[in-house]
Amino acid sequence: MLKNRIIPCLDVKDGRVVKGINFVDLVDAGDPVEQAKIYDEQGADELCFLDITASNENRNIMLETVKKTAEKCFMPLTVGGGVRTIEDIRNLLLAGADKVSINTAAVNNKNLVKESSEKFGSQCIVVAVDAKKVKENKWEIFTHGGRKSTGIDVMKFVEKMESMGAGEILLTSMDRDGTKKGYDLDLTKKVSSLVNIPVIASGGVGNLEHLQQGIKIGKANAVLAASIFHFGEFSIKDAKKYLDSKGIAVRI
Amino acid sequence: MSITVIDYGSGNLKSAAKALETAANNININTKIVVTSDPKEIKQSDKIVLPGQGSFRDCYSSIKKIPGLNETLNEFVLEKKKPILGICVGMQLFAKTGYESQETKGFGWIDAEVRKINNMSKKLKLPHMGWNEIELKKDCFLFSNIKNKSHVYFIHSYEFMTKEKDCVIATTNYGNSIIVSIEKENIVGTQFHPEKSQKNGLIILENFLKWKI
Repeated sequence: MLKNRIIPCLDVKDGRVVKGINFVDLVDAGDPVEQAKIYDEQGADELCFLDITASNENRNIMLETVKKTAEKCFMPLTVGGGVRTIEDIRNLLLAGADKVSINTAAVNNKNLVKESSEKFGSQCIVVAVDAKKVKENKWEIFTHGGRKSTGIDVMKFVEKMESMGAGEILLTSMDRDGTKKGYDLDLTKKVSSLVNIPVIASGGVGNLEHLQQGIKIGKANAVLAASIFHFGEFSIKDAKKYLDSKGIAVRI
Repeated sequence: MSITVIDYGSGNLKSAAKALETAANNININTKIVVTSDPKEIKQSDKIVLPGQGSFRDCYSSIKKIPGLNETLNEFVLEKKKPILGICVGMQLFAKTGYESQETKGFGWIDAEVRKINNMSKKLKLPHMGWNEIELKKDCFLFSNIKNKSHVYFIHSYEFMTKEKDCVIATTNYGNSIIVSIEKENIVGTQFHPEKSQKNGLIILENFLKWKI
């Protein structure tokens, strides 16, 4: 059977790994290629790079990082952050990314998801959704690293993205990101049940039980986490062993 | 030995080329890996790898747009009978017809069709994305040193369906049993991505490199 995926995410700024608490207070913590190799050896199911530089002059550093990683790690790699045009997507795919995640540009340019999925295939187009709860049972899309409100309803947006050809949704709760309080499970469950493409839960993981909740309660197909893996609190193996012991199908 | 990874504009050829390079190093086979669509280079290679990303229709029409490529591939496979490995949509193109976005002819090397995976009334998500176990159906060099039920990485929404049941060397389960690897004379293919399947994938590529017809 198809296994639930565990995806470590590396936030990369100017070619270096960082992980921010609510996207500020960045702590430099190493070389992304070295980190990726460790996750590869630990049996991570996929890797995710999020380029938080997003300034154009340093774009090429990320392409180099992707290239070097893809030469060393023979596993699926998703790259996102600052992706705005078909050309950006093509460059990342050519550098060795398997999937490209589109965030702000998916909101601002409705045709980007459609055009890119037609051109490169739905399988490599991930739409990254930053969701913030605005009232009970209602979430709104935020862009620009969670700073800008759009007034767009998350549920309507993800349905639309699916119909435009998105192959996967990377769903981040802005309320939980960096808090270590666990995923926003209501949000995750609602989106997962709504769309027929895979959903990755993201934002808020502080312990292994949170991963289990994302899959079991949130119905996510994959769970993403950064700091719990990155600072060595838990290895990917620890996470898989734990999930397996809780009856969740993972690749061991 | 020289191996050509066919470049017809489909993404991520570097991963396939790099993985082949690593596999060749692992087994100490001196191999030159070329990424090209040049018919001359292809004719001179010992083996070829046909990757594929995107839709069946786009992939096949891209191949046909490159002068001489379609003919060269047909000659390599059908007349010279030299080894070819198709990966993902690359394998799907071996079929007679694909039904992604619209009915499209493929190479027709295998009597097969490519159709959308049955999502069981939306119970299953598509694409079939992630790590799934392969069920080995018969002894084949491609899976030498690979245990039954090993995990490999998939990412596809369409499946290869053939009446030539003898060709089927591995399946996986996603709602139904899906054909994920085929072998017919000098032709082999995998629906999954060996270049993305960590150690298991490298072993499969090593087996392809070692293959002698």
